Amino acid sequence: MNKLTRRKLIMTGLATAAGAGGLAVAAKLAARYGLIPPDAGGLYGAGETLTYAAQRLLTRHSMAREFAPNQISTNPFANPVDPLGDEFKHLQTGGFMDWRLSVDGMAAHPASFSLTELKTFPSHTQITMNGCEEGWTYIAEWTGVPLSHVLNLVGALPEVRYVVYRSFQTDWWDSLDMADALHPQTLLCLGMNGRELPVEFGGPLRMRVPRQLGYKNVKYITKLTLTDSLKSFGKGLGSASPEGGYAWYAGI
Amino acid sequence: MSDILPISSRVPLATDNGAAIGTLPPLAEVRSQRHSATVRATHWLTTLAFLALLVTGVEILISHPRFYWGETGNVNMTPLFSFHIPSSRGSVPTGYGYVLPDQNGWSRYLHFQSAWLLVLTGLVYVAYGIFKGHFRRNLFPDAADLSPGRLAKAIAAQLHFRRPSKESAWSYNLIQRLTYLLVIFVLFPIIILTGLSMSPAFNSAFPFVVAIFGGRQSARTLHFFASVLLVIFLLVHVFMVFLAGFRTRVGAMITGRLTRSKERT
Repeated sequence: MNKLTRRKLIMTGLATAAGAGGLAVAAKLAARYGLIPPDAGGLYGAGETLTYAAQRLLTRHSMAREFAPNQISTNPFANPVDPLGDEFKHLQTGGFMDWRLSVDGMAAHPASFSLTELKTFPSHTQITMNGCEEGWTYIAEWTGVPLSHVLNLVGALPEVRYVVYRSFQTDWWDSLDMADALHPQTLLCLGMNGRELPVEFGGPLRMRVPRQLGYKNVKYITKLTLTDSLKSFGKGLGSASPEGGYAWYAGI
Repeated sequence: MSDILPISSRVPLATDNGAAIGTLPPLAEVRSQRHSATVRATHWLTTLAFLALLVTGVEILISHPRFYWGETGNVNMTPLFSFHIPSSRGSVPTGYGYVLPDQNGWSRYLHFQSAWLLVLTGLVYVAYGIFKGHFRRNLFPDAADLSPGRLAKAIAAQLHFRRPSKESAWSYNLIQRLTYLLVIFVLFPIIILTGLSMSPAFNSAFPFVVAIFGGRQSARTLHFFASVLLVIFLLVHVFMVFLAGFRTRVGAMITGRLTRSKERT
């Protein structure tokens, strides 16, 4: 048995070294190709990284399912939100004429747009599903400006890796990687089912990311920040969701 | 390694009085390989992953204990069926005057991490089962056993829940084989695919999978039913292990060896 044990020991040692080396190389490659989510640390980091990496490899260019007009939900549901405060009420009274979306960070021409200006941009309409992490779903027709159009307009620098978005709900901010930010179905959404986007569904302006769950589709968007790193935003986990215990990536 | 006996010598050795045969060691000391290291490791990793998936799955279900059919379903729609339990969301009309704490964050993280453990373990197990002959040798039934008469007899015998004989510890009976095959090749693929069908990104890349199940909410409902069947399997499986002799059978799945002298009579 002694001979076997020594051979086993050497083989196990070599296999472990090869495994560790392989893992290190895999980690480097994954980071280089943007396969590591910002909340990859911690107890659930392994599963989260596998999910994000696998989905990014499989879904980088895939299109969210689109549905027929007769599949639009007659009874959509929106999770209630906390009161949005006096400033929001004031803007609402003015028909959101003074609502601004500002874009800053790594852009050649940082800018700020009114809703009227946004409505003059090329618009995109899609009939897609919004699904909540709790399990419920509805289908609606969404109209808005592709986020990629606004990113082009402000001259996003090639180094940009994430688009951070903030909202009137100060505790609800998030970020998208470029695969979703530049995706043709990702909209700065202004309309729903042929009308202005209702306030309960995030009006006047909501992020619409149909390849991710509802909580990534933040309501009442006011600001976009283009960045190459999420480290300086909040706790560095990419959004308010991981700070509250939820995954940054919500494609699952 | 001399304590592993060739298969052909097992039956004659298994005398009830435990007397030594020939020059071989006394039966009380005879120990043999029952489960391979791969089967044992994948069995317990699957157990670990399944229990984590079950607990977190229940937590996630509590946030919306209602089920629907088709693509859409929410509290403004009539459910197919629902559970009259308190929910972790105030928006769900449960009839209870209180809302349970939200556990979905860590539950979702752990659910998906455990799903990865289950899927990767399952891939190792299936590859092993195919290439090392485990399925052919230990799980696929004899074609002759699949005649309606024999099947009916085997089912009837199984339903008596008799304490299995000592020799049965060395192989799986017909009903066991069929049940394990059903779990491995039907229930687990269904629960994995219905789970993936709840992922909007997975649906964007493989829309036909969710279409097979009849839509996003149908997939969720089928995911629930598959989990119920797997829990029933787990309960019956553990019950049968108790019936057959908990220490020997669990010991065999841990050490790989079946200690015959401790077999219940």
